[in-house]
Amino acid sequence: MSVLVYVENTDGKFKKSVYEVVSYAKAIADSTGGSLTAVSIGDVADDELQSLGKYGASGVLNVSSGQLKQFINQAYASVIASAAEKAGADTIVLSNSFSGKGLAPRVAAKLGAALADGAVGLPEINGSTFKIKKTAFSGKAFAQVELLAGKKVIALNPNSFELRENGGSASVTAFEPALGSQDLATVINEIVRATDKVSLPDAEIVVSAGRGMKGPENWGMIEELADVLGAATACSKPVSDAGWRPHSEHVGQTGIAVSPNLYIAIGISGAIQHLAGVSSSKTIVVINKDPEAPFFKVADYGIVGDAFEVVPKLTEAIRAHKGN
Amino acid sequence: MKILVCVSNVPDTTSKITFSDNNTVFNTAGVQYIVNPYDEIALSKAIGLVETDGGSVTVINVGDASTEASIRKALATGADDAVRVNAAPRDAWFVANQIASYAKANNFDLILTGKESIDYNGSQVASYLGELLDLPSVSSAKKIDINGNSATVEREIEGGKEVITVPLPFVAGTGEGVAEARIPNMRGIMSARTKPLNVVEPVAVAELSKIVEYETPAPRSSVTLVDAGNVDELVALLHNKARVI
Repeated sequence: MSVLVYVENTDGKFKKSVYEVVSYAKAIADSTGGSLTAVSIGDVADDELQSLGKYGASGVLNVSSGQLKQFINQAYASVIASAAEKAGADTIVLSNSFSGKGLAPRVAAKLGAALADGAVGLPEINGSTFKIKKTAFSGKAFAQVELLAGKKVIALNPNSFELRENGGSASVTAFEPALGSQDLATVINEIVRATDKVSLPDAEIVVSAGRGMKGPENWGMIEELADVLGAATACSKPVSDAGWRPHSEHVGQTGIAVSPNLYIAIGISGAIQHLAGVSSSKTIVVINKDPEAPFFKVADYGIVGDAFEVVPKLTEAIRAHKGN
Repeated sequence: MKILVCVSNVPDTTSKITFSDNNTVFNTAGVQYIVNPYDEIALSKAIGLVETDGGSVTVINVGDASTEASIRKALATGADDAVRVNAAPRDAWFVANQIASYAKANNFDLILTGKESIDYNGSQVASYLGELLDLPSVSSAKKIDINGNSATVEREIEGGKEVITVPLPFVAGTGEGVAEARIPNMRGIMSARTKPLNVVEPVAVAELSKIVEYETPAPRSSVTLVDAGNVDELVALLHNKARVI
């Protein structure tokens, strides 16, 4: 089947999660003997677009019209649906990012496609049967979903597929699809993004802390550990509810679900709602002074000890390790 | 302002999730159901808007009669009336089509849903509704301020936020920050009993997807404990064994 992948840029650059979706889309195209086309919207330099070839895109449809420089949900969905038609694609892959979550249903509805969001693995394709694994119950389970329509839209979770280099190059073609009358109804006034911090949903390492830190004034050591590791910072629900940290850092069932390679939980007891949000982490380290904390039951590595003593020592040990 | 709030009936956040019939059916035995926490935020925002600007709040749920306890709770919190579409909520596409069908016939100025339900986490209904009703949609709103015929909305993005202007009517999925979740008071609970709860029959929708099997996450092998005085050992394990640093 022919596959179209939407490649979302951040200030004109592609993040790792973009190369993940391209690698993933290429694997689907290969398994069915189809081709892979990418669609990019906004201001992205040609060499950045060509880099998609390395991960398997044979062509890139580049939509660089001035009206579409910034994300407009309706307009971007129209463009992706038009690009799917142009490329003759029956499977559309995008990242399950905040923007991807807003786009995927609109694209699926436009194309009459079945939608699998939060996908965590390659589809099993058997004749006309197409099954795919996705997260459910906020990380407490997975569901195998059968997509019954001829066209499919798949939103892939960050950090759930490895990068695969194919070594090819992508040819870039300008693409100017027509827009609907309602497509440009919303206007972006401002984008506020902390550029010096690693973003939580697609971070490879997350340093998360809970009520055991006793107060917001003690977060310096958490940030320092995160800094040394190149990690994003996160927190438990009681911490964001108390206003010690912003809601955007809250990991758990009613916050963000993360799937980093390494999740370090400091002073978090491990309530079932919090564990739901971290169950897809590849390695979990727990630091807690209470040996009975439920978090130890789902951890790979643990230290029973006082965070105020352990964390600065760990930061120093990692700094020394990185120095070698 | 006439506001429609979509509410989903979901397992309580403390529920242990298990499956029966060879992992094909979600095991509801012993599971308490609640109004989806993000939908409570949407509802609380809608009630607050009507308190200041006037208007009405209608809640809509797609579910069988067992969801009426959650619908009554939404009425007790402050919604004016409720609609239940009498059908099992097969998937987000089915649910969105039911809500769109009702919304088309009843012209709302604003449609709010939670940014996702905590059972299937699709974050799909708000965007599907936008497409089905040809309206702008915002997924993952952090803040909504209505100014006359448009709204200033903060949308969550990786590592920050985007501030956008959206003309009314529109659809938004709400997350933390939009409003403090309200709790019903005794007067609300008493009055909820007499507020209208209309039951309507579903429209036909083609089935595009179905869940064929569930899995629970593979259990981890037991924890390797490292002495608090020996963090170098942890660093070595993370580097050599787990290979994550």
